[in-house]
Amino acid sequence: MSERDFEPRIIGFLCRWCSYPGADLAGTSRIKYPPNLIPIRVMCSGRVDPTFVIKALANGADGVLIAGCHPPTDCHYQSGNIKTMRRYPLLMKMLDQFGIERERVRLEWISASEGPKFAQVVAEMREAIKPLGPLKANGTFANMPFANMPFAEERVSSNER
Amino acid sequence: MSDKPKVAFYWCASCGGCEETVVDLNEDILKVVDAVDIVLWPVALDFKRRDIEAMADGEIAVSFINGAVRLSEQEEWVELLRDKSNLVVAFGSCAHLGGIPGLGNVANRELIFQRKYVAVPTADNPDEVFPSVTVTVDGAETERPYNLELPSFYDTVKTLDQTIDVDYYLPGCPPPSNLVWDAVTAILEGKLPEKGAVLAPNRTLCETCLRNETKPEELTISEFKRVATSTPDPEECFLAQGYICMGPATRSGCGERCINGNMPCRGCFGPPDGVADQGTKILSAVASIIDSTDREEIERIIGAIADPLGTFYRFSLPGSLLGRTRMGG
Repeated sequence: MSERDFEPRIIGFLCRWCSYPGADLAGTSRIKYPPNLIPIRVMCSGRVDPTFVIKALANGADGVLIAGCHPPTDCHYQSGNIKTMRRYPLLMKMLDQFGIERERVRLEWISASEGPKFAQVVAEMREAIKPLGPLKANGTFANMPFANMPFAEERVSSNER
Repeated sequence: MSDKPKVAFYWCASCGGCEETVVDLNEDILKVVDAVDIVLWPVALDFKRRDIEAMADGEIAVSFINGAVRLSEQEEWVELLRDKSNLVVAFGSCAHLGGIPGLGNVANRELIFQRKYVAVPTADNPDEVFPSVTVTVDGAETERPYNLELPSFYDTVKTLDQTIDVDYYLPGCPPPSNLVWDAVTAILEGKLPEKGAVLAPNRTLCETCLRNETKPEELTISEFKRVATSTPDPEECFLAQGYICMGPATRSGCGERCINGNMPCRGCFGPPDGVADQGTKILSAVASIIDSTDREEIERIIGAIADPLGTFYRFSLPGSLLGRTRMGG
């Protein structure tokens, strides 16, 4: 697939109090933005277990957006966004080790009044992920084409047997 | 021929510690030997592959297989044992979730061979000769050259259940003897739980940890410490002291062997039921309690965790959601 044809699939975990209404506002304000993001409404960005991010990437997402209320004081549950703020850098550090580019996972604070910001973040993510190409995790990286394939010369020798 | 149930022990990519735990049954092993016929145990008894191949399908009552699957030979052996066995138990961390050999999944065969046969200072290999599946040996003894076949080395380490169908799991590095004994008696008495069960308590280590009482009401970490560079207090909760302890994301049942040795939990029992990924769970738990609301300070504090992947997936990388690192795009 050429870079021009590739459209990244982005999963967006949006908090119920700020970022989801923010996305809603982008819609009701008729702001145009690319349709690459599949929104999932969660009660709080603090509910976004890093397992969700990894699971999305393992199961075919090319990128993940986590969006919540502005710290330090906007969170409906007082400290949910703070917990997300602490987990994100450690998750990113681990994703580096997994070979997953930083552009694929983004954390943004988007309030209910920031419809334009939501639209802009989605457009930016699409632009950033497009050149990287699909993640192709296909359930797990162990399913990637090279994994557990005997090397070429071994395939020959086992055919000869 | 006796009509006692037949039992097989086999090892794949493992260290031999799991065999040790069978021996650690001490005199109880005599009761096991009284009750069953051991038909395969490479570490202790001389049986050959042809002995197993000659058996009828399902003839072995239970095979205890330890070690991860890294070589074609291991894959062939476990497939053979699956055919011949009524039950297969994944024995120990490596068979269960990949274990320490599973950390090889941060590389592939090429990188591992380059490191092992060229890059290490002790390697003397100017022609860069690597192991290959067929080798021609000059044959000084047989007076003519002959071909030798070696097992193929896979890019990715697999768990046992990624290779064959597995009935039960005995976790741990190695599984403690009391859990082995409980499993053996449950099998002999036919009192087994549902297929696919992990034969250990379904609770986290923190629930059974003696140090749980010292855990403060609100746990926070302002600095991560390492046992290599400082000595933990022998009674206080490790997380409260700033040592990464896998207890919150790890199944109990080990007898808190590491904790009693003043070492934080490293996670060898894998996660409790219902947790898809031990690594992300402990990442979430540890990062959430960092004692800061300032972005730069948070970055500075996590800077002390040099290798999050290796720390959080120490025993479970092949069995985790991603299974391995991504290479070559």
